[in-house]
Amino acid sequence: MFVTLHKNKNAQIVLGLLFGIMFGFLLQKGGVTDYNVITGQLLLTDFTVMKLMLSAVIVGMIGFHLLKHFGYVQSHAAAGSIGSNVIGGLIFGVGFALLGYCPGTVAGAVGTGALDALFGGMVGLLIGAGLFAEVYPSIRSRVLVWGKLPAVTVPEFLHLNLWIVIGLMEVFMIGFLVLLESYRL
Amino acid sequence: MERRRRTANKHLFPPLNEYAVNLYNSAGQVVHVMFEFFTPALWSPYVAGAGIGVLSCLAFLLSDRPIGCSTAFVKARGLIGKAINPVSVISKEYYREIVPQVDWAFMIIPGIIIGAFISAFISGQFHVFWVPSLWGEAFGYNPLLRIAVALAGGMLLGFGARWAGGCTSGHGINGSIQLSLASIITACCFFAGGIATALVLFRVIGA
Repeated sequence: MFVTLHKNKNAQIVLGLLFGIMFGFLLQKGGVTDYNVITGQLLLTDFTVMKLMLSAVIVGMIGFHLLKHFGYVQSHAAAGSIGSNVIGGLIFGVGFALLGYCPGTVAGAVGTGALDALFGGMVGLLIGAGLFAEVYPSIRSRVLVWGKLPAVTVPEFLHLNLWIVIGLMEVFMIGFLVLLESYRL
Repeated sequence: MERRRRTANKHLFPPLNEYAVNLYNSAGQVVHVMFEFFTPALWSPYVAGAGIGVLSCLAFLLSDRPIGCSTAFVKARGLIGKAINPVSVISKEYYREIVPQVDWAFMIIPGIIIGAFISAFISGQFHVFWVPSLWGEAFGYNPLLRIAVALAGGMLLGFGARWAGGCTSGHGINGSIQLSLASIITACCFFAGGIATALVLFRVIGA
Protein backbone atom coordinates (compact mmCIF):
# COMPACT_ATOMS: atom_id res chain seq x y z
CA MET A 1 0.00 0.00 0.00
CA PHE A 2 1.35 3.43 -1.02
CA VAL A 3 4.75 1.92 -1.86
CA THR A 4 5.25 4.32 -4.77
CA LEU A 5 4.48 7.23 -2.42
CA HIS A 6 6.92 5.89 0.17
CA LYS A 7 9.67 5.81 -2.48
CA ASN A 8 8.93 9.27 -3.90
CA LYS A 9 11.63 11.36 -2.20
CA ASN A 10 10.21 14.77 -3.07
CA ALA A 11 6.70 13.82 -2.00
CA GLN A 12 8.11 12.55 1.30
CA ILE A 13 9.94 15.84 1.89
CA VAL A 14 6.63 17.67 1.49
CA LEU A 15 4.83 15.09 3.65
CA GLY A 16 7.49 15.46 6.36
CA LEU A 17 6.88 19.19 6.43
CA LEU A 18 3.08 18.75 6.49
CA PHE A 19 3.24 16.13 9.26
CA GLY A 20 5.53 18.49 11.18
CA ILE A 21 3.10 21.40 10.78
CA MET A 22 0.16 19.33 12.01
CA PHE A 23 2.21 17.82 14.84
CA GLY A 24 3.46 21.25 15.93
CA PHE A 25 -0.06 22.65 15.77
CA LEU A 26 -1.42 19.84 17.97
CA LEU A 27 1.50 20.06 20.43
CA GLN A 28 0.90 23.79 20.90
CA LYS A 29 -2.88 23.39 21.17
CA GLY A 30 -2.37 20.59 23.68
CA GLY A 31 -0.29 22.95 25.83
CA VAL A 32 2.92 20.90 25.81
CA THR A 33 5.13 23.45 24.04
CA ASP A 34 5.05 25.41 27.31
CA TYR A 35 8.07 25.06 29.65
CA ASN A 36 5.81 25.44 32.69
CA VAL A 37 3.55 22.58 31.60
CA ILE A 38 6.41 20.14 30.91
CA THR A 39 8.28 21.04 34.09
CA GLY A 40 4.98 20.82 35.98
CA GLN A 41 4.67 17.24 34.73
CA LEU A 42 8.19 16.38 35.90
CA LEU A 43 7.38 17.94 39.30
CA LEU A 44 4.13 15.91 39.31
CA THR A 45 1.97 19.03 39.73
CA ASP A 46 0.52 19.18 36.17
CA PHE A 47 -0.41 16.00 34.29
CA THR A 48 -1.11 17.58 30.87
CA VAL A 49 1.88 15.83 29.24
CA MET A 50 0.77 12.44 30.57
CA LYS A 51 -2.82 13.04 29.41
CA LEU A 52 -1.73 14.06 25.91
CA MET A 53 0.75 11.21 25.47
CA LEU A 54 -1.58 8.52 26.79
CA SER A 55 -4.47 9.78 24.60
CA ALA A 56 -2.18 9.60 21.57
CA VAL A 57 -1.12 6.05 22.47
CA ILE A 58 -4.70 4.96 23.26
CA VAL A 59 -5.90 6.08 19.81
CA GLY A 60 -2.73 5.24 17.90
CA MET A 61 -2.28 1.74 19.29
CA ILE A 62 -5.70 0.58 18.06
CA GLY A 63 -5.36 2.45 14.76
CA PHE A 64 -1.87 1.15 14.04
CA HIS A 65 -2.66 -2.50 14.80
CA LEU A 66 -5.90 -2.41 12.78
CA LEU A 67 -3.99 -0.97 9.82
CA LYS A 68 -1.27 -3.56 10.33
CA HIS A 69 -3.83 -6.37 10.56
CA PHE A 70 -5.15 -5.42 7.11
CA GLY A 71 -1.63 -5.07 5.70
CA TYR A 72 -1.56 -1.28 5.25
CA VAL A 73 1.38 -0.57 7.58
CA GLN A 74 4.37 -2.48 8.92
CA SER A 75 5.99 -2.52 12.35
CA HIS A 76 9.19 -0.56 12.92
CA ALA A 77 9.75 -1.88 16.43
CA ALA A 78 13.37 -2.92 16.89
CA ALA A 79 15.14 -5.04 19.48
CA GLY A 80 16.57 -2.94 22.31
CA SER A 81 19.02 -3.33 25.16
CA ILE A 82 19.47 -2.17 28.72
CA GLY A 83 22.73 -0.46 27.69
CA SER A 84 21.04 1.58 24.98
CA ASN A 85 17.50 2.17 26.18
CA VAL A 86 17.91 2.46 29.96
CA ILE A 87 21.20 4.40 30.03
CA GLY A 88 20.20 6.59 27.06
CA GLY A 89 16.74 7.12 28.54
CA LEU A 90 18.16 8.27 31.88
CA ILE A 91 20.68 10.67 30.23
CA PHE A 92 17.76 12.03 28.19
CA GLY A 93 15.71 12.40 31.38
CA VAL A 94 18.35 14.60 33.06
CA GLY A 95 18.48 16.81 29.95
CA PHE A 96 14.68 16.82 29.74
CA ALA A 97 14.41 18.33 33.24
CA LEU A 98 17.27 20.84 32.79
CA LEU A 99 15.90 22.09 29.47
CA GLY A 100 12.19 21.70 30.22
CA TYR A 101 11.45 20.65 26.65
CA CYS A 102 12.00 17.49 24.59
CA PRO A 103 13.34 17.38 20.99
CA GLY A 104 9.88 17.89 19.43
CA THR A 105 8.40 20.36 21.91
CA VAL A 106 11.61 22.44 21.89
CA ALA A 107 10.91 23.18 18.22
CA GLY A 108 7.27 23.91 19.07
CA ALA A 109 8.37 26.27 21.83
CA VAL A 110 10.57 28.15 19.34
CA GLY A 111 7.42 28.63 17.24
CA THR A 112 5.65 30.21 20.21
CA GLY A 113 8.53 32.66 20.79
CA ALA A 114 10.66 30.90 23.44
CA LEU A 115 14.24 32.11 22.96
CA ASP A 116 15.63 29.77 25.64
CA ALA A 117 14.33 26.91 23.45
CA LEU A 118 16.04 28.37 20.38
CA PHE A 119 19.44 29.50 21.70
CA GLY A 120 19.70 26.97 24.55
CA GLY A 121 17.66 23.94 23.54
CA MET A 122 18.06 23.67 19.79
CA VAL A 123 21.75 24.65 19.82
CA GLY A 124 22.36 22.19 22.66
CA LEU A 125 20.57 19.39 20.78
CA LEU A 126 22.77 19.97 17.73
CA ILE A 127 25.91 19.85 19.88
CA GLY A 128 24.66 16.75 21.76
CA ALA A 129 23.82 14.91 18.53
CA GLY A 130 27.29 15.78 17.19
CA LEU A 131 28.97 14.52 20.38
CA PHE A 132 27.09 11.26 20.06
CA ALA A 133 28.36 10.85 16.50
CA GLU A 134 31.90 11.22 17.95
CA VAL A 135 31.53 8.52 20.60
CA TYR A 136 29.31 6.19 18.55
CA PRO A 137 32.11 3.99 17.05
CA SER A 138 33.55 3.25 20.48
CA ILE A 139 30.22 2.29 22.13
CA ARG A 140 28.40 0.74 19.16
CA SER A 141 29.39 -2.86 19.78
CA ARG A 142 29.99 -2.41 23.52
CA VAL A 143 27.60 -0.61 25.89
CA LEU A 144 24.83 -0.11 23.31
CA VAL A 145 24.33 -3.86 22.95
CA TRP A 146 24.83 -4.69 26.62
CA GLY A 147 21.88 -6.52 28.21
CA LYS A 148 19.86 -7.33 25.10
CA LEU A 149 16.10 -7.35 25.74
CA PRO A 150 14.52 -10.80 25.42
CA ALA A 151 11.78 -9.72 22.97
CA VAL A 152 10.94 -7.00 20.45
CA THR A 153 7.30 -6.42 21.43
CA VAL A 154 5.29 -6.66 24.64
CA PRO A 155 3.07 -9.56 23.38
CA GLU A 156 6.22 -11.53 22.47
CA PHE A 157 7.69 -10.78 25.89
CA LEU A 158 4.55 -11.87 27.75
CA HIS A 159 3.78 -14.76 25.37
CA LEU A 160 0.24 -13.44 25.04
CA ASN A 161 -2.06 -12.86 22.07
CA LEU A 162 -1.57 -9.41 20.48
CA TRP A 163 -5.21 -8.34 20.87
CA ILE A 164 -5.37 -9.44 24.51
CA VAL A 165 -2.29 -7.28 25.23
CA ILE A 166 -3.83 -4.34 23.37
CA GLY A 167 -7.07 -4.76 25.34
CA LEU A 168 -5.19 -4.88 28.64
CA MET A 169 -3.02 -1.86 27.77
CA GLU A 170 -6.06 0.17 26.70
CA VAL A 171 -7.91 -0.66 29.94
CA PHE A 172 -4.80 0.20 31.98
CA MET A 173 -4.20 3.52 30.18
CA ILE A 174 -7.86 4.62 30.26
CA GLY A 175 -8.07 3.54 33.90
CA PHE A 176 -5.00 5.64 34.73
CA LEU A 177 -6.56 8.72 33.07
CA VAL A 178 -9.86 8.18 34.89
CA LEU A 179 -7.88 7.97 38.14
CA LEU A 180 -6.04 11.23 37.31
CA GLU A 181 -9.36 12.99 36.65
CA SER A 182 -11.01 11.59 39.77
CA TYR A 183 -8.18 13.10 41.83
CA ARG A 184 -8.54 16.33 39.79
CA LEU A 185 -4.90 16.17 38.70
CA MET B 1 -27.70 50.87 2.18
CA GLU B 2 -27.13 47.12 2.33
CA ARG B 3 -30.76 46.56 1.47
CA ARG B 4 -30.71 48.93 -1.48
CA ARG B 5 -27.65 47.27 -3.00
CA ARG B 6 -29.17 43.85 -2.65
CA THR B 7 -32.37 45.06 -4.33
CA ALA B 8 -30.38 46.55 -7.16
CA ASN B 9 -28.52 43.30 -7.68
CA LYS B 10 -31.74 41.36 -7.41
CA HIS B 11 -33.06 43.42 -10.26
CA LEU B 12 -30.17 42.36 -12.48
CA PHE B 13 -29.81 38.65 -11.61
CA PRO B 14 -32.62 37.75 -9.26
CA PRO B 15 -32.42 33.97 -8.64
CA LEU B 16 -28.66 33.51 -8.92
CA ASN B 17 -27.97 36.41 -6.62
CA GLU B 18 -30.27 35.13 -3.87
CA TYR B 19 -28.57 31.79 -4.10
CA ALA B 20 -25.14 33.38 -3.94
CA VAL B 21 -26.07 35.45 -0.89
CA ASN B 22 -27.39 32.38 0.90
CA LEU B 23 -24.30 30.40 -0.02
CA TYR B 24 -22.09 33.26 1.09
CA ASN B 25 -23.86 33.50 4.44
CA SER B 26 -23.75 29.80 5.20
CA ALA B 27 -20.13 29.53 4.07
CA GLY B 28 -19.36 32.47 6.33
CA GLN B 29 -20.99 30.65 9.20
CA VAL B 30 -18.99 27.48 8.54
CA VAL B 31 -15.76 29.48 8.37
CA HIS B 32 -16.74 31.25 11.60
CA VAL B 33 -17.43 27.97 13.41
CA MET B 34 -14.17 26.49 12.11
CA PHE B 35 -12.28 29.59 13.14
CA GLU B 36 -13.74 29.40 16.64
CA PHE B 37 -12.53 25.81 16.90
CA PHE B 38 -8.97 26.68 15.93
CA THR B 39 -8.48 29.95 17.84
CA PRO B 40 -8.91 29.04 21.54
CA ALA B 41 -5.63 29.22 23.42
CA LEU B 42 -5.72 25.53 24.26
CA TRP B 43 -7.65 22.38 23.51
CA SER B 44 -8.20 19.64 26.01
CA PRO B 45 -5.00 17.54 26.09
CA TYR B 46 -7.24 14.55 25.35
CA VAL B 47 -8.40 16.08 22.05
CA ALA B 48 -4.90 17.16 21.01
CA GLY B 49 -3.50 13.78 22.07
CA ALA B 50 -6.13 11.83 20.13
CA GLY B 51 -5.29 13.99 17.11
CA ILE B 52 -1.61 13.09 17.50
CA GLY B 53 -2.62 9.40 17.67
CA VAL B 54 -4.46 9.73 14.33
CA LEU B 55 -1.54 11.69 12.86
CA SER B 56 0.90 8.95 13.91
CA CYS B 57 -1.21 6.32 12.12
CA LEU B 58 -1.28 8.50 8.99
CA ALA B 59 2.52 8.81 9.09
CA PHE B 60 2.87 5.02 9.20
CA LEU B 61 0.40 4.73 6.33
CA LEU B 62 1.64 7.49 4.00
CA SER B 63 5.34 7.67 4.90
CA ASP B 64 6.04 4.22 6.37
CA ARG B 65 7.75 5.67 9.42
CA PRO B 66 7.15 6.74 13.01
CA ILE B 67 6.97 10.46 13.82
CA GLY B 68 10.29 11.05 15.57
CA CYS B 69 12.13 14.29 16.20
CA SER B 70 15.67 13.59 17.39
CA THR B 71 16.97 12.19 14.06
CA ALA B 72 16.49 15.64 12.53
CA PHE B 73 19.11 17.09 14.87
CA VAL B 74 21.69 14.52 13.74
CA LYS B 75 20.94 15.35 10.11
CA ALA B 76 21.07 19.10 10.74
CA ARG B 77 24.32 18.76 12.71
CA GLY B 78 25.78 16.66 9.86
CA LEU B 79 24.72 19.23 7.25
CA ILE B 80 26.30 22.05 9.25
CA GLY B 81 29.46 19.96 9.65
CA LYS B 82 29.53 19.18 5.93
CA ALA B 83 29.34 22.89 5.10
CA ILE B 84 32.38 23.56 7.31
CA ASN B 85 34.50 20.45 6.75
CA PRO B 86 33.01 17.75 4.48
CA VAL B 87 35.73 15.16 5.22
CA SER B 88 35.06 15.16 8.97
CA VAL B 89 31.41 14.21 8.39
CA ILE B 90 31.85 11.66 5.60
CA SER B 91 34.45 9.78 7.65
CA LYS B 92 32.12 9.35 10.64
CA GLU B 93 30.34 6.04 10.93
CA TYR B 94 27.20 7.51 12.54
CA TYR B 95 26.54 9.81 9.57
CA ARG B 96 26.65 6.80 7.26
CA GLU B 97 23.77 5.30 9.26
CA ILE B 98 21.83 8.55 9.65
CA VAL B 99 22.62 10.37 6.41
CA PRO B 100 22.75 14.18 6.69
CA GLN B 101 20.25 15.21 4.01
CA VAL B 102 17.00 17.13 3.69
CA ASP B 103 14.33 14.42 3.85
CA TRP B 104 11.16 13.50 5.77
CA ALA B 105 12.98 13.09 9.08
CA PHE B 106 14.71 16.46 8.63
CA MET B 107 11.59 18.41 7.59
CA ILE B 108 9.61 17.44 10.68
CA ILE B 109 11.44 20.07 12.80
CA PRO B 110 10.84 23.14 10.54
CA GLY B 111 7.28 21.81 10.24
CA ILE B 112 6.78 21.75 14.03
CA ILE B 113 8.14 25.31 14.36
CA ILE B 114 5.69 26.53 11.67
CA GLY B 115 2.72 24.55 13.05
CA ALA B 116 3.26 25.71 16.63
CA PHE B 117 3.72 29.29 15.39
CA ILE B 118 0.41 29.18 13.46
CA SER B 119 -1.39 27.72 16.48
CA ALA B 120 0.08 30.28 18.90
CA PHE B 121 -0.34 33.20 16.52
CA ILE B 122 -4.03 32.67 15.65
CA SER B 123 -4.91 32.33 19.32
CA GLY B 124 -2.91 35.43 20.25
CA GLN B 125 -0.42 33.51 22.40
CA PHE B 126 2.74 34.24 20.43
CA HIS B 127 5.19 36.28 22.48
CA VAL B 128 8.96 36.44 22.53
CA PHE B 129 10.62 35.73 25.89
CA TRP B 130 13.94 34.52 27.30
CA VAL B 131 13.00 33.03 30.67
CA PRO B 132 9.86 30.94 31.37
CA SER B 133 7.99 31.97 34.54
CA LEU B 134 8.39 28.72 36.52
CA TRP B 135 12.17 28.94 36.04
CA GLY B 136 12.19 32.68 36.75
CA GLU B 137 10.33 32.29 40.06
CA ALA B 138 12.80 29.68 41.31
CA PHE B 139 16.11 30.89 39.85
CA GLY B 140 15.53 34.49 38.79
CA TYR B 141 15.01 36.08 35.39
CA ASN B 142 18.68 36.30 34.33
CA PRO B 143 18.65 35.13 30.69
CA LEU B 144 22.30 34.04 30.79
CA LEU B 145 21.75 31.52 33.60
CA ARG B 146 18.64 30.16 31.89
CA ILE B 147 20.38 29.82 28.50
CA ALA B 148 23.43 28.15 30.08
CA VAL B 149 21.30 25.51 31.83
CA ALA B 150 19.07 25.08 28.74
CA LEU B 151 22.19 24.57 26.63
CA ALA B 152 23.51 21.90 29.01
CA GLY B 153 20.06 20.29 29.06
CA GLY B 154 19.82 20.36 25.28
CA MET B 155 23.22 18.68 24.94
CA LEU B 156 22.26 15.87 27.33
CA LEU B 157 18.88 15.57 25.59
CA GLY B 158 20.42 15.22 22.14
CA PHE B 159 23.15 12.88 23.38
CA GLY B 160 20.70 10.74 25.38
CA ALA B 161 18.09 10.61 22.61
CA ARG B 162 20.63 9.25 20.14
CA TRP B 163 22.05 6.87 22.76
CA ALA B 164 18.55 5.48 23.33
CA GLY B 165 17.65 5.64 19.62
CA GLY B 166 14.69 8.01 19.91
CA CYS B 167 12.86 10.68 21.88
CA THR B 168 9.53 11.32 23.58
CA SER B 169 7.67 11.06 20.28
CA GLY B 170 9.75 8.36 18.55
CA HIS B 171 9.89 6.03 21.55
CA GLY B 172 7.33 7.52 23.94
CA ILE B 173 4.37 7.78 21.57
CA ASN B 174 5.15 5.93 18.36
CA GLY B 175 7.17 3.09 19.88
CA SER B 176 4.50 2.52 22.52
CA ILE B 177 1.83 2.52 19.79
CA GLN B 178 3.69 -0.39 18.17
CA LEU B 179 3.96 -2.13 21.58
CA SER B 180 7.75 -2.02 21.33
CA LEU B 181 9.22 -3.32 24.59
CA ALA B 182 12.40 -1.23 24.17
CA SER B 183 10.35 1.95 23.55
CA ILE B 184 8.14 1.49 26.60
CA ILE B 185 11.20 0.87 28.82
CA THR B 186 12.90 3.94 27.30
CA ALA B 187 9.84 6.14 27.90
CA CYS B 188 9.75 5.06 31.56
CA CYS B 189 13.47 5.99 31.86
CA PHE B 190 12.86 9.42 30.25
CA PHE B 191 10.34 10.21 32.97
CA ALA B 192 12.25 8.49 35.81
CA GLY B 193 15.36 10.55 35.00
CA GLY B 194 13.30 13.68 34.33
CA ILE B 195 11.23 13.52 37.51
CA ALA B 196 14.26 12.80 39.72
CA THR B 197 16.26 15.68 38.18
CA ALA B 198 13.35 18.15 38.26
CA LEU B 199 12.64 17.37 41.92
CA VAL B 200 16.32 17.91 42.86
CA LEU B 201 16.43 21.09 40.74
CA PHE B 202 13.25 22.73 42.06
CA ARG B 203 12.67 21.15 45.48
CA VAL B 204 16.30 21.00 46.71
CA ILE B 205 18.49 23.49 44.79
CA GLY B 206 15.84 26.08 43.92
CA ALA B 207 13.70 25.65 47.06
